[in-house]
Amino acid sequence: MSERQSIIKVENLKRTFVVGSEEVHALKGVSFDICQGEFVSIMGSSGSGKSTLLNILGCLDQPTAGEYYIDGISVRTKTKNELSEIRNRKIGFVFQSYNLLPRTSALENVELPLVYNPDVSHRERHEKAQHALELVGLKDRMGHMPNQLSGGQQQRVAIARALVNDPVIVLADEATGNLDTRTSYEIMSLFQSLHEQGKTIAFVTHESDIAVFTSRTIFLRDGHILRDESVTTKSAAEALAALPVENDY
Amino acid sequence: MDILNLIRISAKALLRNKTRTALSMLGIVIGIAAVIAVVNLGEGLKQSTANQLSDMGTNLIMVMRANQRRGGVSMGSGNVQSLKVRDCELIAKGAKNVTMVSPVVNSAGQLVNGSKNWSGTVYGGSPDYLDIRKYEIATGVNFTDDDVKKYAKVGLIGQTIVENLFDDGEDPIGKTIRVGNMPFKVIGTLKERGENGMGMDQDDLVVMPYSTVQKRMLGVDYIQQIVCSAASENVAEAAVEEIESILRASHKIPEGGVDDFEVRTQQEMLEMMSSMTGMITTVLVAIALISLLVGCIGIMNIMYVTVTERTKEIGLRMSIGAKNSAILMQFLTESIILSLIGGVIGLLLGLLLSYVVSLAMSMPYIVNVPWMFISFVSCAILGLISGFFPALKASRTDPINALRYE
Repeated sequence: MSERQSIIKVENLKRTFVVGSEEVHALKGVSFDICQGEFVSIMGSSGSGKSTLLNILGCLDQPTAGEYYIDGISVRTKTKNELSEIRNRKIGFVFQSYNLLPRTSALENVELPLVYNPDVSHRERHEKAQHALELVGLKDRMGHMPNQLSGGQQQRVAIARALVNDPVIVLADEATGNLDTRTSYEIMSLFQSLHEQGKTIAFVTHESDIAVFTSRTIFLRDGHILRDESVTTKSAAEALAALPVENDY
Repeated sequence: MDILNLIRISAKALLRNKTRTALSMLGIVIGIAAVIAVVNLGEGLKQSTANQLSDMGTNLIMVMRANQRRGGVSMGSGNVQSLKVRDCELIAKGAKNVTMVSPVVNSAGQLVNGSKNWSGTVYGGSPDYLDIRKYEIATGVNFTDDDVKKYAKVGLIGQTIVENLFDDGEDPIGKTIRVGNMPFKVIGTLKERGENGMGMDQDDLVVMPYSTVQKRMLGVDYIQQIVCSAASENVAEAAVEEIESILRASHKIPEGGVDDFEVRTQQEMLEMMSSMTGMITTVLVAIALISLLVGCIGIMNIMYVTVTERTKEIGLRMSIGAKNSAILMQFLTESIILSLIGGVIGLLLGLLLSYVVSLAMSMPYIVNVPWMFISFVSCAILGLISGFFPALKASRTDPINALRYE
């Protein structure tokens, strides 16, 4: 594992917010590496700083102090536009509430990140989006609008959107938070198969029964890393099979 | 991000909310339609008055009595008795650019034929009067110089008077009717001319020898107007100068003194009318522009609503790599598309509207091309302006907060 390339390198990351006259230290010096092909869960209760960390990892926010390298690039000195470009080329986001554009087909939703990349031609965009949808098992739902899809399917579209630009890392923020257990397991099973195909994934969650499907867990508490440990990965497909049948709908 | 893509994205967003898009377009549609319709109709009105005035003859020159001051007291032009028949004779003799001259004396009077009566105006002139004013004889004959000498009680009547004083199919020629207490013989009728540019009935008149009107009706020796015909439109200005110098000499007006008459060409009348219709058009265009402005404010309002409503979408687009400028451009394009489509619809509507109105009012239909261009360009500019601030707001959205926005 040590010879693998480090995708994310965080060194003594600090983030302080000023709320009124008070300073809130959301991150108080966090350091870790995420290597290529890892499936990491970042856990913590609310207020632990995991959202702040995710925003910084996603280049939506800048740290107050410390260094953050993504794919070898130092983020600290980048301008807003350069950060946009990093988000566009290197990061795939999956949100809790899917965030699909309404009244826009699944295919077009998946194409969206490539729209902001002038290097990708119209045809290439189409092909890549189709491929990404195939990858998440929605080949036959390409023309459907979000409101014609179930929650799990919508999240699959969102995952396809996160994969379409072939990012160095997929950042998932409570990606199963809006889903029932069965669908959550299905999504986790999808993430596991993506992981097997070599994707690097960071999964933020506060549910420990979701974190068990990842291969490494970073526990955050009060802006510090409490624990950073490898876990024995539980197969989501098996968990799915073990679910009682009456849970089905 | 190429322009085609930008337009596609914006068009999609607009199509997602068709009713709202249509309603916000409506403001621009009405504004542009109003501007185009008013401008075109104004142009048509100008043309139609010009046409009607030139029907009266573009080489027509009118000499009118002018306001006169005596010892600082304004006499009012109506009371001035400065023009005499002798002036006509002098002009006829002296002005070589003038082909025809006629004095004009008019009097309103009650016209009576048996049990029928009609209030009309009697114009007294020389036998040339009809030619100068471009009236044509329908039936009968014109009066002669001999009639003028004898103060003959003869007259020609317009079609409105024929209709009101005679039964259908009755031939007025040779009949004797009365104006006031004076009976006169109808020796001719005039061809119909319709209304003039100011809505006056040009067929409601009796033409008689000026001497008859002067001596038998009014009992005066002055005349109210002189009408002349210049040899051609080109020499009208030269003719005016000749007339002025003849009249100044005849009226013994010293060098630098104020004329007691006024000479106007048809050309000047035309300019006066067109400046008047131009003014009316300007006022109406100003009103139409205000409605266009209101339309733009409508678009701005809608764009603000749209930006707020789509906060989450903006956050998403930013999180997947849209630059602030891309967001700005997207919303700007939306408002420009909105205003341009509204503008095109308004343009067509305005053209249609002005066509229908000019048809209904039997005015010439004139399309003012520069204004079409102006309104189209201003549409794009207004779309840009009204979309800019909402778009700026959108581009300054913080993606973290926007993604959390419910």
